[in-house]
Amino acid sequence: MKILIQGGHLVDPANGVDAQLDLFLEGGLVASVGEAPAGFEPDQVIDASGQIVCPGFVDLQARLREPGQEHKGSIDSETRAAARGGITTLCCPPDTSPVIDTPAVAKLVQERADQAARVRVAPIGALTTALEGEQLSEMVTLAEAGCIAFSNADLPVHNTLVLRRAMEYAASHSLLLMLQPQDAWLAAKGCVHEGVVGLRLGLSGIPESAETVELSRILMLVEQTGARVHFGQLSTGRAVQILRQAKRDGLPVSADVAAHQLHLTEMDLLDYSSDCHVIPPLRTQRDRDSLREGLRDGTLIAISSDHQPHDADAKLAPFAESEPGISALETLLPLTLRLVDEGVLSLEQAIACLTSGPASVIDNHNGHLGVGARADVCIFDPQQHWRLDAQTMQSAGHNTPFLGWDLKGRVTHTLLNGRLSYQEPSKKAED
Amino acid sequence: MNNKNIQLNKEGRLRHFLDIEGIKRQLLVEILDAAESFSSVEAQRVKKVPLLRGKTIVNLFFEPSTRTRNTFELAAKRLSADTLNVNISASATSKGESLLDMLHNLEAMHCDMFVVRHAQSGAAHFIAQHVAPHISVINAGDGSHAHPTQAMLDMFTIRRHKQAFADLKVAIVGDILHSRVARSQIHALTTLGVTEVRVIGPKTLIPDISTALGVHVYHDMWEGLREVDVVIMLRLQKERMTGALLPSEHEYYKLYGLTPEKLAVAKEDAIVMHPGPINRGVEISSEVADGPQSVILEQVSNGIAVRMAVMSILMGQSFSSDGEAGP
Repeated sequence: MKILIQGGHLVDPANGVDAQLDLFLEGGLVASVGEAPAGFEPDQVIDASGQIVCPGFVDLQARLREPGQEHKGSIDSETRAAARGGITTLCCPPDTSPVIDTPAVAKLVQERADQAARVRVAPIGALTTALEGEQLSEMVTLAEAGCIAFSNADLPVHNTLVLRRAMEYAASHSLLLMLQPQDAWLAAKGCVHEGVVGLRLGLSGIPESAETVELSRILMLVEQTGARVHFGQLSTGRAVQILRQAKRDGLPVSADVAAHQLHLTEMDLLDYSSDCHVIPPLRTQRDRDSLREGLRDGTLIAISSDHQPHDADAKLAPFAESEPGISALETLLPLTLRLVDEGVLSLEQAIACLTSGPASVIDNHNGHLGVGARADVCIFDPQQHWRLDAQTMQSAGHNTPFLGWDLKGRVTHTLLNGRLSYQEPSKKAED
Repeated sequence: MNNKNIQLNKEGRLRHFLDIEGIKRQLLVEILDAAESFSSVEAQRVKKVPLLRGKTIVNLFFEPSTRTRNTFELAAKRLSADTLNVNISASATSKGESLLDMLHNLEAMHCDMFVVRHAQSGAAHFIAQHVAPHISVINAGDGSHAHPTQAMLDMFTIRRHKQAFADLKVAIVGDILHSRVARSQIHALTTLGVTEVRVIGPKTLIPDISTALGVHVYHDMWEGLREVDVVIMLRLQKERMTGALLPSEHEYYKLYGLTPEKLAVAKEDAIVMHPGPINRGVEISSEVADGPQSVILEQVSNGIAVRMAVMSILMGQSFSSDGEAGP
């Protein structure tokens, strides 16, 4: 299968490309950029004039709900949503049921994803057996079964000695840890940021220190063990500051931020909107600004979706009893592009946060479109305005505070291994 | 404050009573004035007015409470409404029937008003957002968020003793962090324009950010009570000891229990209030609770008049003592 993507503006941050260039794909790989290879006869030509052509997006955290919670979503439904969002690789956390702590579950997830054939799904293995924070999982065996990193999802490893041992063990085999820093005691029973809004609403708070205390505990152990750690979904400005210093000190750490944290704040909770119930919680405008600054100066290397689809009932309850999380795959690109419109990032930086940035965290050979790279491509119209509508959402979860928002930037085509995994319905007739 | 006006209808009249925050002074004064006229009904031999005849009011209590429920029930009966008490333990709802299913069931029985108490902050808002448009919701306490009728009966009691709010200094003592009563009192007092609201307690019960509510924070009770006109004591929940918020009841009483000695630094004519039920020897001494400055029992009787006022205003019925008083 040979595909020519013609007339588009190619943005490939990893290779420093930002120009109008044709892209030639063959056998699932990038055959050439700009000039047609000798004798290239495309089977398909995609007209990308007026559009941005870039590497397919790499999402460092998205829950697919399978196995175990198929009433909220399935690998089939959620990979459909991911492809619509321009995503070609996504990492799914181990808190499925059963937990991804055996090679069998890790393989099951990948096989189901292979059948769906829309997105490369990279499972994150459990750091401890059953995520109980006590016994180390068989990390090497899990890595052989395809796990690209290890995490305890949002469950705590209370015992610092266990955490240290896990990090030492991971470091001895060059395995990556992906940790969400939240001290379970400081966060206990909390459901919103501990601040003025939470106080007014009478909702239990999760203080900033829940994030900074745990981040600091892990950083001290990184210093001691040399383990490579990626921090997922930071939410506070203070954590960005601590991480900036840790990187300056040369620690092997990186971090991302969830797209919603860059646009929403605690003020969005004032009517008890359960769609804004997320963990870590929405924080202050100052935190939001610091997170944006962290992206701009490279302290934060990626924007993740932190996708968590839910059934309708999960959100139909008083705030604290509703389940946290946003169905976020389909808004990852427009929320990132919004930062370009607001002058926070350049277009190239924004695309790097979705491609080369996250790919570098998981040592994934994707995330760029150099010759010989896997042909994972996203084509989007940067100018198109659209509204997110529950009726047309591909995710089984419609839980998002962005319904009805005026979004700008719409994916028209997604290609995985040189094959179309998504095409915007209106574009189908034209091609 | 988006959507806070869920409490008001298009004409700016009260439709639900969920929270003092977001309600203008004029509406609060209207409630107090209406309560004033209803309090005369209670003094009559026949204590009933036909204002809400034919209306059905459901007391929907997801948290046990006899006192608050009793005053709501009496208020409804004195307005000639039919009442239904539904007590739901938390375990019953978790067993299957969802909160919304239960609401829709009650709606199908043609009820006009829900009086809701729930352990979760925002529960009354949630219910108000989902009920049929003709139903009014009164928040009878949601989690740590709000208890607006309690706050209004406290304002009513203060006004009876102090006439104007403008020059008052009011101190609220105790667990502000977890108290729905305190939040509603603070909003009511600041909306009604008192000079100064003070909150007194340790940092574990009064986080630093409390100043954002427009209050002055004191950790020393002797200092905080100086020259105040009103002292409002809050009930201390026993579970605050287990949560490492306080070392012991003994030390709490030593620091924040209201004794005659501490009360002496307040103004001579200061009144002492408590939403009840009181823990004698924990937050207040018996001498003060039963003493001449205490208006604690008055608060209870004022509760009925204030709840009658809120119910009739929500149902669009006004009442004046020299008008259609009594049957």
